[in-house]
Amino acid sequence: MNFEYVRASTAAGAVSMLAKQSDAVFIAGGTNLVDLMKRGVVSPMRLIDINTLPLKEITLSGNKVTIGALALNSAVSEHPLVIKHFPLLSYALKAGASQQLRNMATVGGNMMQRTRCSYFYDTVMPCNKREPGTGCGAMQGINRMHAIFGSSENCIAVHPSDMCVALAALDASVIIRGAKGDRKILFTDFHRLPGNTPEKDNNLQPGELITHVEIPVNAFQQHAYYLKIRDRASYAFALVSVAAALEMQGNKISKARLAMGGVAHKPWRLTEAEAFLKGKEATETNFKAAAALAMQGAKAYEHNSFKLQMAPNAIAEALKKATSKA
Amino acid sequence: MSDKNKSTAHNDSRRNFLRQSSALTALAIAPQAVLKAAEGKMDEKIAGYFEKMPLSIEVNGKMHQLSVEPRVTLLDLLREQLHLTGSKKGCDHGQCGACTVHVNGSRINSCLSLAVMNEGKKITTIEGLAQGDKLHPMQEAFIKHDGFQCGYCTPGQIMSAIACIKEGHANSEAEIREYMSGNICRCGAYPNIVDAIVEVKNAGGKL
Repeated sequence: MNFEYVRASTAAGAVSMLAKQSDAVFIAGGTNLVDLMKRGVVSPMRLIDINTLPLKEITLSGNKVTIGALALNSAVSEHPLVIKHFPLLSYALKAGASQQLRNMATVGGNMMQRTRCSYFYDTVMPCNKREPGTGCGAMQGINRMHAIFGSSENCIAVHPSDMCVALAALDASVIIRGAKGDRKILFTDFHRLPGNTPEKDNNLQPGELITHVEIPVNAFQQHAYYLKIRDRASYAFALVSVAAALEMQGNKISKARLAMGGVAHKPWRLTEAEAFLKGKEATETNFKAAAALAMQGAKAYEHNSFKLQMAPNAIAEALKKATSKA
Repeated sequence: MSDKNKSTAHNDSRRNFLRQSSALTALAIAPQAVLKAAEGKMDEKIAGYFEKMPLSIEVNGKMHQLSVEPRVTLLDLLREQLHLTGSKKGCDHGQCGACTVHVNGSRINSCLSLAVMNEGKKITTIEGLAQGDKLHPMQEAFIKHDGFQCGYCTPGQIMSAIACIKEGHANSEAEIREYMSGNICRCGAYPNIVDAIVEVKNAGGKL
């Protein structure tokens, strides 16, 4: 683990430093990056420490809440604005990692974390994400944790985040600073499917910095639920997770937002199921029908076919929990 | 984090050792000028490979002016340079919690924090809890409730336990278990650890 280290004092400075050296990366909390560097999975030439940039604030202005990219996962999960407007985000954050890690990990870093596919982590194994062209070890290997949606012949890894699943469901946007100024993209357009370029997790361009995440204020507070299914009760990555956020009028669903984690290379938004649920009564039958719609096109591998059953069950259960909330 | 990688931990560390050894050899024969490739104008000084950086850090109430390489983790700094070996290196990957310390009052995994990223911060380790010969109430409670067997995870458990109460996350046994999930105990002392935390929480003293 050898590298050069420099602290950036402004966002503009950070972006220009990154642009100057292609083999440099930003470091924020470091919880994933330092681990990957210790294992030799990544070996950047230079770390640009962005922790002193003023990007920790969480503010409400107009009809949106803006969260700085350096806000800590623990701070976001317990921030009054987040608890009041986006309880779903708070639940998802608290379902991820441990409190020690949440006290280090940032919003931007959470978005940038790499897959936990064991073939990506094991540097003697083939992995198209780590080393393009070497093949996918997981495809014919131990693929219990892997994708059932949107995978390609090159990669069947999943994105590990819980926070990102909630942000995808909440119609968030990402503000990105580059050499030419700021740009804004939908959160659901930030992460990518593997396709022929599994080495690219997201649509950041070289030299760009995530500065903020924006979430439009919504009316999902009463009916939000994050269901995470994992191998132990806490502190494990999701086998399947479901973020459900609903608006209800009586027992009728007037608006639905659904996303899944642990099933694809990116947070997997369930738009067909959302459209189906709009205007429907909150019944078990409708939940199961929505789940069946969401599962269209799912494809399992040798060890993860259980997800074809677990995922629709989880969707129906999350909807049940979200709708039964007072 | 999942422990799915643990079965390969032995091979991993062996490979890493070999890799690092060969990297050291390569660097040893590279001229210094190569290591410091030409830089554009930057607003901060760049620390090169193995180049030590100044670091001001307060540990257990004592200020230190140190000089550390960027690759040194906070855990290694505490253990190897300051000889505070109470914080343990368990997995060294943020999965076990044995390295838990407080930084500016908040608990973190010191194995995943680069020491140079803690400039100007206040660190508290297990060695900073007792007042002279008087143990911290959480240390007393761990002894009273048999909150350990082999003791390796204990410094991390105690640092985490204190933070758990201070954060307001010790309001029920279920909440304590959830918020202590980042500290693994292979001996399985969990019920006794929970008992110790409940007692300290209920005593309501200042921690």
